[in-house]
Amino acid sequence: MLKYVAKRILLAIVTIWAVATLTFFLMNMVPGGPFLSEKAISPQATAALEAKYGLDKPLIQRYFTYMTDALHGDFGDSLKQRGRTVMSIIKMKFPVSARVGGISVLVALCLGIPLGCMAALKRGKFLDSLISVISTCGIAVPSFVICTLLLYVLGVNLRLLPTMGLTSWKHYIMPVIALSFYPTAYIMRLMRSSMLDVLGQDYMRTAKAKGVAGFWILFKHAMRNAILPVVTYVGPMLAYTVTGSFVVEKIFVIPGLGGEFIGAIGGRDYTLIMGTTIFLATLIIIMNVVVDLVYKLVDPRIKLK
Amino acid sequence: MKQNPLSFQLKLKPEDFLPATEEEKQSQIVMRESVSFWKDGMRRLVKNKVAMVSLVVIVLVMIFSFIVPAFYPYNYREQFKGANHLAPMEYSAEEQARIDAGEKVFPHIFGTDKMGRDYAIRVMMGSRISLVVGLIATAIILVIGSIYGSVAAFFGGWVDLVMMRIVDIIYTIPDILLIVLLSFALKEPLYNLKEVPGFGWVGVVGENLISIFIVFALLYWVGMARMVRSQILTLKESEYVTAARALGVSNKKIIRRHLLTNCIGTLIVTTTLQIPSSIFTESFLSFLGMGVAVPLPSLGSLASDALNGINTYPYLLFIPSALISLIILSFNLFGDGLRDAFDPKLKH
Repeated sequence: MLKYVAKRILLAIVTIWAVATLTFFLMNMVPGGPFLSEKAISPQATAALEAKYGLDKPLIQRYFTYMTDALHGDFGDSLKQRGRTVMSIIKMKFPVSARVGGISVLVALCLGIPLGCMAALKRGKFLDSLISVISTCGIAVPSFVICTLLLYVLGVNLRLLPTMGLTSWKHYIMPVIALSFYPTAYIMRLMRSSMLDVLGQDYMRTAKAKGVAGFWILFKHAMRNAILPVVTYVGPMLAYTVTGSFVVEKIFVIPGLGGEFIGAIGGRDYTLIMGTTIFLATLIIIMNVVVDLVYKLVDPRIKLK
Repeated sequence: MKQNPLSFQLKLKPEDFLPATEEEKQSQIVMRESVSFWKDGMRRLVKNKVAMVSLVVIVLVMIFSFIVPAFYPYNYREQFKGANHLAPMEYSAEEQARIDAGEKVFPHIFGTDKMGRDYAIRVMMGSRISLVVGLIATAIILVIGSIYGSVAAFFGGWVDLVMMRIVDIIYTIPDILLIVLLSFALKEPLYNLKEVPGFGWVGVVGENLISIFIVFALLYWVGMARMVRSQILTLKESEYVTAARALGVSNKKIIRRHLLTNCIGTLIVTTTLQIPSSIFTESFLSFLGMGVAVPLPSLGSLASDALNGINTYPYLLFIPSALISLIILSFNLFGDGLRDAFDPKLKH
């Protein structure tokens, strides 16, 4: 077990390094630079700015400088937002996205798992068809469509909810619905199909024959086995959701990490791109390791190697 | 010979070895046609009402977006003066005058947009772009993903390890970053390629569209590769692969003729389900303003443009949104139907 975790961490470090390197060179290969788009800036000033941030040095040297700094935990200053370090930007924006995203994932789990189970248990009945229709539609509707529909109906037409910002609990309702819509539908589908799979297994019949109470069969035998695909899905999904969805943040004017990231890519804020990418990659990899460990916990038959 | 009463041996008589009579032969003939894998699957697919309805919807949308624009009286980039923001079926002052003069004017079924362009034809062109992106990107993904996944699984060992680590890395980089960077990086080479003789078609299709294909192809084969790999990992242990190998069939042929053909069911299903996801991603990109270039519309960019006028002209937003949801929904349902029909594990 310990050996397994150590191996995974080692592999994770290699992956993060590869991601960082790839991003660094790709980003610098792309035409354009951080100081090109600014208005009324003289060539001297651009040169001075580039010299200040070390952009005039050869690429390979910059790469090594960046990597050494990053290893020491220094991700540099943002090139576009003067006087702010990348770390401070992430520290400021991430909690905002994480709160909205975290609530959405919780909602998706709390709705998706029970509804999926119910659909599987009532297979072929009205409830099953209803849940299937909802989940199929949920997967088919892009997030921007949901966002704009919510905005139009709840925000503009009925004026029930505030449309921008994140100052009260009311502000959270629409972004959370928009963000949790797709995962809820997806988890419902996953849970339904894996539950159907499990319900047909021999050990379910055995358990029933032994006279295990219905509730316990459902929890200890069925749920525990059926939840594995959901765990696989939720891990990376959690990482993506807590780092912010650009569409949702743009439409509901939420100052989160997703919007910051897209802004950084558009403005070629090299250090901020690198910082956010490494942050996101690390989160995803951690989630993947956690998923594997949870797997082991849920299903002791699985051998980690 | 004395027989043991408990013996399990067959009691054969000499008459049992006589040639069969005509009558007996008749009874052995199988009257029912043999049902092949495809026929069996098709039969089940045709019976599936939901899948058939979605197939009809897909065909209708295709007619709507590929054939109807050819004889539609308006053009997607044609701007009419004084016809800005017409409501559906409304006429501009000038058109009204022409109607009063006894001329026939084709109505703006979905109204016009803020530049005075007929919205119906823009929606048609938009869904054409979305469908083209979905289909072509998926075809590329299918080819790359299936080859990559099967090679990794078939050779196993360190080949598999290295190839799958590459997949992990691509999987870990935020895709939006790669999409944006790659489309910026591809802009200039594609623009230059247009000038090269023999590559004029690049300009016809549009550099932006081609860069979307390339980006999708480079990014999204990952899921397909994983899927194929997991299938082939189990398939390659089958006896017929061992037999083929014993007969001296080359690796390439084993992969092509034995392994990939045997996971064709999964391949078809994954491909059909990949199409809506490609359309999804394209519309998302267009919504962010990184998709196809203006004046070419896509369903995502139409929805994105309409967002600013949501209070006054909500239909501009609802039409493309509804259409894209419909396209994705019907592809998803059709894919599900295909899976139910062709997945041998779900047969009974």
